[in-house]
Amino acid sequence: MLRFLVRRSLGALVILVIVSMITYALFFAIPADPARLYCGKTCTPENLALIRHDMGFDKAWPIQYWDWLSAIFTGGTYNNVACSAPCFGYSFDKKELVGTILLDRFPTTLSLTVGSAVIFLIFGIGTGMLAAHKQGKALDKIASSASLIVSSMQIYVAGPLALVALVYSTDLLAQPTYVPFTQDPVGWFTGLLVPWIVLSLIWTANYTRMTRSSMVEQLSEDFVRTARAKGMSGTSVFMRYAWRGAMGTIVTVFGIDLGVLLGGAIITETTFSLHGLGELAIHSFNDSDLSLLVGVTVVAATLIVFFNIIVDAAYALIDPRIRLA
Amino acid sequence: MTTPTGATTDGDTPGSTSDLPDNASADAPADPGFRGLSPGKLMWRRFLRDRTGVVSACVVLFFVLVAVLAPVISMLYGNDAETHYGQNDPTLLTDSGLPVAPNGGMSGDFWFGLEPGLGRDVMMQLVYGIRTSLIIAFATSLLTTVIGVALGIAAGYLGGKADFFIGRVIDVLMSFPSQIFLIATMPVVTSLLVPSGQKVPTWLPFVAVTIVLSLLGWMGLARILRGTALALREREFIEAAKVTGASPMRIIFKEILPNLWTPILVQATLALPAFVTAEAGLSYLGVGVSEPVPDWGRMIAGAADYLRTDVTYLLFPGIAMVIFVLAFNLLGDSVRDAFDPKANR
Repeated sequence: MLRFLVRRSLGALVILVIVSMITYALFFAIPADPARLYCGKTCTPENLALIRHDMGFDKAWPIQYWDWLSAIFTGGTYNNVACSAPCFGYSFDKKELVGTILLDRFPTTLSLTVGSAVIFLIFGIGTGMLAAHKQGKALDKIASSASLIVSSMQIYVAGPLALVALVYSTDLLAQPTYVPFTQDPVGWFTGLLVPWIVLSLIWTANYTRMTRSSMVEQLSEDFVRTARAKGMSGTSVFMRYAWRGAMGTIVTVFGIDLGVLLGGAIITETTFSLHGLGELAIHSFNDSDLSLLVGVTVVAATLIVFFNIIVDAAYALIDPRIRLA
Repeated sequence: MTTPTGATTDGDTPGSTSDLPDNASADAPADPGFRGLSPGKLMWRRFLRDRTGVVSACVVLFFVLVAVLAPVISMLYGNDAETHYGQNDPTLLTDSGLPVAPNGGMSGDFWFGLEPGLGRDVMMQLVYGIRTSLIIAFATSLLTTVIGVALGIAAGYLGGKADFFIGRVIDVLMSFPSQIFLIATMPVVTSLLVPSGQKVPTWLPFVAVTIVLSLLGWMGLARILRGTALALREREFIEAAKVTGASPMRIIFKEILPNLWTPILVQATLALPAFVTAEAGLSYLGVGVSEPVPDWGRMIAGAADYLRTDVTYLLFPGIAMVIFVLAFNLLGDSVRDAFDPKANR
């Protein structure tokens, strides 16, 4: 297990270096000139050159990239702001350290993800297992078709509709905002309720479909038939045999989804005007804020890679037939 | 995934094909109703028996027809997608840009109402929006299929360095946060296609969105095909072809590719709705197809400003989108079931 973790982590580091390098290269291929944006309307060539030099944009991009990479380990100073060892650079647009901004935004995305994940895991797996249990009956048909319809809905369709139905025309729930949990737990809950409902509705549909199909597949396996034939009760066959087999698929997909969601759900956060990592990504892009964009991308990529490793390790724990090599 | 059937694998050796009719006529006379069916015909029969599949295929066909016949519809209906009717006729929109008539301005002249602000005809925007969506989704499916097939087979059949290199490229692309990547590559691709300062032609956003979506869209198919090609490589008929001195190109095109059509077609059908929503998502975020080309994602984004005052403008593109994607998803599932009846989901 340890060897597996070390090997995969090293591979992950290589991937992250490549991802950040591509982000850098991409950014320099965009025609916009960030220095000109900060220079403003009364821009003289001398000013422009000065700003470019301050921002480090006068060097070739591989050198800038190297500076950025080494700052992560050694720290640095930007605009008289000291940045200690794990330093992700300085946002000239927001006049703040990238690390600080990321830490500031992450709780919103974390709350959004964890809250909806709890809901969609419970309801999605629950409905999926019920449907598999009553396979072919009315309940299964209703659950299957409802989940198919809902999973064809997009956040950008369901989100505005939910806002109209629950907030604007009825005042049933509060306008989505983010209040830190430590400040006001009730406000945190009510502020995120509408996004949670919409996000988890769509994901519940996906998890219902997935759980149902993998349970149905497991229930048709030979070992399930054998267990039934030797007289085991339906519940223990269902829970201890079929569910254990189906869990592998669900854990895999959930791990991957969690990594993607924690890296920032751009469309969800835009729809509900929540200031999380996803919203930060699109704003940093619109403002040509390179260091911020690279910071968000690397954090999002790290989460994806990290959860991939966790999934593979967890898979081996769930299913002893899998050997980590 | 699907394992190739024997019938398709030895189909191209001339001896065996010419034998078949003789055998059939020799064995069959006892049963005059008997005739052999090609895998394609079998698949078609299974598909026709699937009621959901046929209905969803009809819905998809309806959308395609609407897209193709958009100018005809526009002529019969009397309105087009570009004219700002609301601004030309002051009785249609209020001073704040909202439709005067109830339900978003629905009337005999404007069946689905008027766009708040610019006052364009919602129905024609929707009709031409299908064109945008379908052109990009089909083009992207085609491009990702070509890339996925080429790299998947290369990795699986050639193995060794090619396999390692393609595998690592897939690993890196899979670790990229896809939405950020799509947004960041849009201006790069646009500036590569048209040097800055030049006038942007109308085809450009279509091509740019297609390329950007294709960059991150081929990995799934490539992985599946790599696995299948890897398994096929060890089969006897490939070895036989090698022994008879067939070139690698011939083996890939004549021996391996015919066995991969099933997964390729199934994956391409399932990928279409995903590209439809991805394209709309890009436009929703403001980086996709830009004005004045009609686009559903941009309509939905625009409707967000009128949620309190004019919900109708959100409902039409929203519901159309759900039906569209649902029909495509159902069709994809049915195609898969028809090709691969053993997999019960």
